[in-house]
Amino acid sequence: MIALLLRDLKLAFRAGGGFGLGLAFFLIVTVMVPFAVGPQSSLLSTIAPGVLWLGALLACLLSLDRLLALDWEDGSLDLLATAPLPLESVVTIKALAHWLTTGLPLVLAAPFLGVLLNLPVPGFFWLVMSLLIGTPAMSVIGTFGAALTVGLKRGGLLLSLLVLPLYVPTLIFGAEVARRGATAMEVQTPLLMLAGITAATIALLPFASAAVLRINLR
Amino acid sequence: MSIAAKANALWEYANPRKFLATSERVLPFFWITSLACICVGLIWGFFFTPDDYKQGSTVKIIYLHVPAALMAINCWLMMLVTSLVWLVRRHHVSALAARAAAPIGIVMTMIALLTGAIWGQPMWGTWWAWDPRLTSFLILFLFYLGYVALWEAIEDPDTAADLTSVLCLVGSVFAILSRYAVNFWNQGLHQGASVMRAAAVTGADTEEKVSNVFFYPLLICIIGFVLLFIALVLYRTGTEIRARRIKALMARERVGG
Amino acid sequence: MTLTVSDLSITRGGIPVLEGLSFELPPGKALILRGPNGIGKTTLLRTLAGLQPPLEGTIEGAEDQIAYAAHSDGLKPTLTVTENLMFWASVFGTSGIQRALDTFDLNELAERHAGNLSAGQKRRLGLARMLVTGRPIWMLDEPTVSLDINAVQMFADAVRAHLGQGGSALIATHIDLGLDGEVLDVGPNKAKPKPIDDFDGGFL
Repeated sequence: MIALLLRDLKLAFRAGGGFGLGLAFFLIVTVMVPFAVGPQSSLLSTIAPGVLWLGALLACLLSLDRLLALDWEDGSLDLLATAPLPLESVVTIKALAHWLTTGLPLVLAAPFLGVLLNLPVPGFFWLVMSLLIGTPAMSVIGTFGAALTVGLKRGGLLLSLLVLPLYVPTLIFGAEVARRGATAMEVQTPLLMLAGITAATIALLPFASAAVLRINLR
Repeated sequence: MSIAAKANALWEYANPRKFLATSERVLPFFWITSLACICVGLIWGFFFTPDDYKQGSTVKIIYLHVPAALMAINCWLMMLVTSLVWLVRRHHVSALAARAAAPIGIVMTMIALLTGAIWGQPMWGTWWAWDPRLTSFLILFLFYLGYVALWEAIEDPDTAADLTSVLCLVGSVFAILSRYAVNFWNQGLHQGASVMRAAAVTGADTEEKVSNVFFYPLLICIIGFVLLFIALVLYRTGTEIRARRIKALMARERVGG
Repeated sequence: MTLTVSDLSITRGGIPVLEGLSFELPPGKALILRGPNGIGKTTLLRTLAGLQPPLEGTIEGAEDQIAYAAHSDGLKPTLTVTENLMFWASVFGTSGIQRALDTFDLNELAERHAGNLSAGQKRRLGLARMLVTGRPIWMLDEPTVSLDINAVQMFADAVRAHLGQGGSALIATHIDLGLDGEVLDVGPNKAKPKPIDDFDGGFL
């Protein structure tokens, strides 16, 4: 299992691995927002938590179609399916690798982009916390979507269509934590809901992803 | 007949040929009764009920809005059940029924959203608000779109049936989660579900109660929509079965029969 | 461990391709799979490897015993030859890739990125993967594509050594490898369309 994780990380960091693309997309989306809505700092600080959450979500979405497709194209998935590793572990590791290479960098970059959007000071901590708790769910749900569309020629757009509705609860609770944090309100309820969703998706969704992948491989 | 034998008799309709023969026999009944119910309900509702003291004649859109909204949700429930049946018992008719129902669900959701907007404009002064109920229906609409798109994208029918069934299961869980999330996120303008609530029927809360004058034609409309839904699903499932039959014949031709 | 296949029927895209196939593959033996293109050789190998369920029939002795080599080798172009092999070695829980490197003459290429190899060299790397899996039953789908005469000889030697150690191999190929294995001609097992009554679950 460690071997698969290390291989995926190695592949991501080597040339052409696509590491940093999500991060760059996140940066650009955030920088473009003031051009679209105007430079008033009060407006920007109101919408900052939501914009940052949406930017992180889109950056995550953008990198999903490579998550399993590359291994599908070169035949590694077939070979992994005949290896002693259960497919449930394979999809979990894949999701973990995706989170380490996409989700975690977004979490670390978010406070810096928060400065650009004039995020109120108390908001920084909760923004990072909410993203830290919420992005793993996005990787796991995204892996399910990637497993559903892995065999399809132009699966990218379909993948977004399938995954976005599944992201709604995570987005609502995550952005709510960041928003409440920014206005120094109580965040416990949405934070617990967000953590619950993440824990439940990590525990259960890999079974669905593996089942779907098994169907797609046959 | 024992319960087990009855259950077995029910599974017989999973045979495509038996299904087609039976559905063709019962379809005229469903078409006629559903159209009759909808006509009676709508004419009664539109022309023979008084205007609401507060909402005026706009209230009458309820005769389309509520049945469509109910069917939009029940259609997804039906798809969930047929998907489970496919995954457990591998009856092709079941998977095809789920496929046949999805576009009906889309149309019902659209009717609910559109009539809601037309009703909302004079009542709330806006076509659209991010109210929990409205938002939930919009999310349901997205789920339907994804489901239909996945069916269309996959060539092999069995693979498509398997994948869409799993999507339907996972989607159902996330749809319920979204419903709670949306409720938490915005408390909303929409009145509570006033039709089926015990308090509404007994008249305990007079403010939102749907009075009996409106209730009977509405009930007839709902029955009409249920029958119409059944008729449409049976009809469309029959079409899907015939399409599969043509495909099977063509595949046979290629193999050299 | 003997691989026993009895009365196997398989489908591709919902259409039956082979039916009523029975054979045994005891340790130390090779079986050469022959048949015209499109007869279902790849589907048969995929079914035996457990990637798709058979329509009918049973497969015994295959569980966790099969090393499968498909048309594509699952190589990562940005990893070196050693890294590619090391990865599969740790997935299969074996150690030591040296024998695999020696057998397929890959020592000189060990630190090259797989993306920079020629098609034949890639193929050799893909076949070397079979050795690092440590599994007794090899399933090879057209293994000699893009190999030169020397490399084919190398491969044949590797298979012979594998058989000598009590392994077995099922090889779909059209060239003569010089192995003393039986030939399984799948042509006669081609599925014929069934009578109209029970075709495709009653859709007719």
